[in-house]
Amino acid sequence: MSLPADSVLESQIEQWRSYLRRRQAIHSVDVAELEDHLREQIAVLAGAGLAMDEAFLVAVKRMGDLDALSREFAREHSDRLWKQLVVAPPDAGERGTAGRTDALVAFGLAVAAAMLIKVPALFGLQLDTHAPFYARNASLFVLPLLAGYFAWKRGLGAGTIRWLVAAFVAAAVFANAYPYVPQGSTEVLTALHVPIALWLAVGVAYAGSRWGEVAGRMDFIRFSGELFIYYVLIALGGAVLTGLMAMIFLSIGIDIEPFFESWLLPCGAVGAVLVASWLVEAKQSVIENMAPVLARLFTPLFAAVLVTFLATLLWTGSAVDIDRNLLIVFDVLLVVVLGLLLYSISARDPRSRPGAFDVMQVVLLVSALLADAVALWAIATRIGALGFTPNRVAGLGMNVVLLVNLAWSAVLYARFLQGRGSFAALERWQTRYLVVYAVWAAIVVIVFPLVFGFA
Amino acid sequence: MDINKDLIAASSTPLVLAILAEEDSYGYAILQRVRELSGGRMEWTDGMLYPVLHRLERHGLVEAWWAVAENGRRRKYYRITSRGREQLAEERRQWQAVDATLRGIWQALAVPLTPGHPAAGALLPQGA
Repeated sequence: MSLPADSVLESQIEQWRSYLRRRQAIHSVDVAELEDHLREQIAVLAGAGLAMDEAFLVAVKRMGDLDALSREFAREHSDRLWKQLVVAPPDAGERGTAGRTDALVAFGLAVAAAMLIKVPALFGLQLDTHAPFYARNASLFVLPLLAGYFAWKRGLGAGTIRWLVAAFVAAAVFANAYPYVPQGSTEVLTALHVPIALWLAVGVAYAGSRWGEVAGRMDFIRFSGELFIYYVLIALGGAVLTGLMAMIFLSIGIDIEPFFESWLLPCGAVGAVLVASWLVEAKQSVIENMAPVLARLFTPLFAAVLVTFLATLLWTGSAVDIDRNLLIVFDVLLVVVLGLLLYSISARDPRSRPGAFDVMQVVLLVSALLADAVALWAIATRIGALGFTPNRVAGLGMNVVLLVNLAWSAVLYARFLQGRGSFAALERWQTRYLVVYAVWAAIVVIVFPLVFGFA
Repeated sequence: MDINKDLIAASSTPLVLAILAEEDSYGYAILQRVRELSGGRMEWTDGMLYPVLHRLERHGLVEAWWAVAENGRRRKYYRITSRGREQLAEERRQWQAVDATLRGIWQALAVPLTPGHPAAGALLPQGA
């Protein structure tokens, strides 16, 4: 077969094949089977005296309408419409091998994290007796490994890796060097803020050379949201597993609680971070991302709740009751609103025109800002009498950090709605702001204990 | 003569199983055999055979394997299983029952049903 028409035929078949491959219900083995049929048909027709291109056309015509065909395949293989994630297709070839290596490395690191968290126990630091130590260092048992996973995956340069190592070492020093007063607030604040600061280091490793780009950081934001969702799902699965395990072992008179508390829970909790990260990486292009779906679902609901809250506040004129949880509640509110904003941004095509959902987003932002302003005002009028405790300052600081972000986001969003600004400006603002959270968290970890005397 | 789609679909299982009971085969050859047997009266859209084969495979009535054909290409071959033979026997009984029933009624009618049927013409006075 070395006719000149052959190359034309090959390219025609290639086109037909790629057209078939786009059908979700038709796998590549089926495409191969259909192609064999097509080629035989062409050969028979050509043998009967048809020109190659005519034979191709007739053979394609006889194969039938591809929409109808792919519907038939979908009916027979309905499972294929549910994209399968973990099971690699048998004909994945080179990509399959790379995927397997990736999975092996991720699971290897998960096991390493699980062992790492048990290392301090060898030196007499038990989880139940040294809980504060574990609280301060929890993220240090897993985030360096996670950063390492991405450093390996992205092939980071030695320069970046040195910076990452320096960041983790510094975190380890600051988390452990200070003489914290037992049960003091600054120690709790450190435990809460070390992971926030270190998450930026994970981001640098994740984005690799694209850390400087808006798109690279946006991918990191997407990754963080999906990771959170996967982690929650794995945790739920783990809870079912341990619950059942406890009950069936109890039926034969064995109490697994000590094993659960000192092994299963800590090892599972750190290992799951790496497994979840690997899952997010692996499924990235396979399954629709969940965080934007949730954001889309809940943005109108949160907007409705906040607008109702503000209207009720105006109507009744009731004062905001300042108790110790007020700041935390409003910080959480702002974090949720920020999450809704981020994951709406991450899934939105920056080139599309403003729509009803964008208006909803602005309503959400403005109502959240107003609600927060009311709360801040209530606190500000009484802060002198209440005094500056570490918790209150940290809460206020976080509130201001979030408030600034959301306020400027609202301005950018409003400009975009009026057609005076681009959506990309909003993306750029959010991705640049990522550093601010880490800097603030670092301040809480490094400066607060000194200022408040480790109390 | 075009045979109705439902009939084609209903007869596809016994037909494919019977062809595979003759000998192991592959998609293109199975279709050729269908054309040959029906004298070209049963026109299958080529692609539609494959979902049928995959369904039979899933039900364990046929088994498939890939091999290199004489022309050097990789080809998927099908072979009937023992469960497939049982199913074929069952289908055969059912089709024979349908066929016998229809034969009975065709004979009872005893008049050819053609467009130029005299009884049909009798209903139309102006046409007589």
